[in-house]
Amino acid sequence: MSLRVDNLKVYYRTLAGDVKALDGATFDLKDGEIMGLAGESGCGKSTLGKSLIRLDGRMRYVEGSVELDGTELPIWDAEAMNRFRFKQVSIVPQYAMSALNPTRKIGKMVKELLRSRGVEHDSVLPELRRRLELVGLSQDVLGMYPIELSGGMKQRMVMVISTLLDPSLLIADEITSALDVSSQKAVAEMLVEFREREFVKSTIVITHDISVLYQIADTILVMYAGKLAEKAPADAIIHRPRHPYTQLLISSLPEVGVRYEEKKLVGIPGRPPGLLDPPVGCRFRDRCPFAFDRCHEEPPFVEVEPGHSVACWKVAAEQSSSPTTGREAGAAESGTIAVAGGAQ
Amino acid sequence: MSETPELLRLAGCTKVYRVGAFGAKRLTAVRDVTFDVRAGEVVSLIGESGSGKSTIGRMILRLSPITGGTITFEGTDITTLEGAALKSYYADVQGVFQDPFSSYNPIFKADRVFKLIREEYFPAVGGSEWRAKVEASLEAVGLNPPDVLGKYPHQLSGGQLQRLLIARALLLDIKLLVADEIISMLDASTRIDVLNLLGELKSRGLGILFITHDLSLGNYISERTVILRRGAVVESGATAKVFGNPQHPYTRALLAAVPHLHTKWSAASTNGAGTLEEADEPASLVEIDDDHFVAIAGGAG
Repeated sequence: MSLRVDNLKVYYRTLAGDVKALDGATFDLKDGEIMGLAGESGCGKSTLGKSLIRLDGRMRYVEGSVELDGTELPIWDAEAMNRFRFKQVSIVPQYAMSALNPTRKIGKMVKELLRSRGVEHDSVLPELRRRLELVGLSQDVLGMYPIELSGGMKQRMVMVISTLLDPSLLIADEITSALDVSSQKAVAEMLVEFREREFVKSTIVITHDISVLYQIADTILVMYAGKLAEKAPADAIIHRPRHPYTQLLISSLPEVGVRYEEKKLVGIPGRPPGLLDPPVGCRFRDRCPFAFDRCHEEPPFVEVEPGHSVACWKVAAEQSSSPTTGREAGAAESGTIAVAGGAQ
Repeated sequence: MSETPELLRLAGCTKVYRVGAFGAKRLTAVRDVTFDVRAGEVVSLIGESGSGKSTIGRMILRLSPITGGTITFEGTDITTLEGAALKSYYADVQGVFQDPFSSYNPIFKADRVFKLIREEYFPAVGGSEWRAKVEASLEAVGLNPPDVLGKYPHQLSGGQLQRLLIARALLLDIKLLVADEIISMLDASTRIDVLNLLGELKSRGLGILFITHDLSLGNYISERTVILRRGAVVESGATAKVFGNPQHPYTRALLAAVPHLHTKWSAASTNGAGTLEEADEPASLVEIDDDHFVAIAGGAG
């Protein structure tokens, strides 16, 4: 296990009280695993990503632990985390355009960055040049200002810088959302390439675009309203989702080939609960077509098949009644939910 | 389909920006673009960033002057409309844009957008009649009036705000809606509802120009598709033909790069897919099939 997160809670301080943006996350990341982290805006996916590297001023560590390669990360201590940042944990931020200092030539910026981490610039330079070539950037970019690069080039540049010291964990936060489909594909495939070449050990890819995750991720973790909803191999999330939220989410995605006239897709009625004072129990309850009394209690995030964990009472109930036919029941279930969705 | 009335027609539409310190350089953002939108259909205008798709929307909405060519709406050239004539054009044609949050003034309640329409276009309509009209258009976009009226923008979701803007356009009884990336900022679980709303509106006879960079969304909702590349049309025609039988290498490359939910990039065939960086040759649109046009370098015309 390269990463182990246990009951991590991070809240946002506001005048009205704590916003429970990340309310108890427990999961593991294997060596070499690319995990997609998906969910709607405000579900806590970026909060989870950020809290593994740097809590900003409004974020408050509440409880929980994060262990990377057997060492506990002191995520509550901004100073102590400096030792790990860039070297063990690194991030590719959401907006590559604003991640690069516009007043510095890129080469100089990299030099300053390395010096601030106590790394000899000259010892890394050959590797930097090699990696630029690998991602299809000319060495000349080191002598350019960020404004001279296109959005896709900046994104690739930031990815090279972030992974320069071969971190164990890379957090990629919405790195493809602002790009055109062609650059999106190139950048997404770079993440896989970096893993293959062991520039990074494991990666968390945060995005709202599940179809991109299906292309590159080994596993997908779906979050809803600050809680983990489901984690499974990418293939299982797309083809055999168990959590009602995941099922509805997947069935609402338009794809090339699906036409309004032939197959009308439906969204999920309602909206996520406010996280200032979230409801007790399952947070998807109010929008869930299968909600029953038990859902007023908090559903545990439990493994229903090897590598497939779900936080849902209905799934748990099915599991205990027919443990051997779990997979078949799941497949049948996704059939019924399409009907239920269409009737709304 | 050709017997349905043609609402909007762009012919040889061109936009050149002057750039650089004293406007010394010229940048052609839109080059010789020709297409039309008929009543009761959705036309997707698909392109990557910088392809000029938003510029075309802005020219149709008269937010940006046209450099060459013509834009006609119901047979009238709209590029020179002024005063009362322009105002009555806006009673027929309205736009909704990408960011619903910045379309509202956060100081005022969100339903102020309706009040402004009333002051401008319906000063004679009485209070109760107006309220009924507002509620009818809110219901038409799938909103429950008590949920949204009297609320501030921050109290509403992106999907609700975007639907309020469409309801605002419907108050005017418009004939054409220019929808520029209206769902790219919405969450997956709500964006499909706004997309379906466009489908309902078109069945009532509204013409919709749906500007997007997302091929799967354009494919889902539109009857006809126009693919733009660097300001010029590379392929256009019936959506089923453009997506089902793409002819231009750029269209093929775009389709190959779209992430699919059930096929991996590696598994998808890339045979025949050209690269996105090809030499820019002057090309003209050639009709290769009924309602299917492809730009061919040195082609006829």
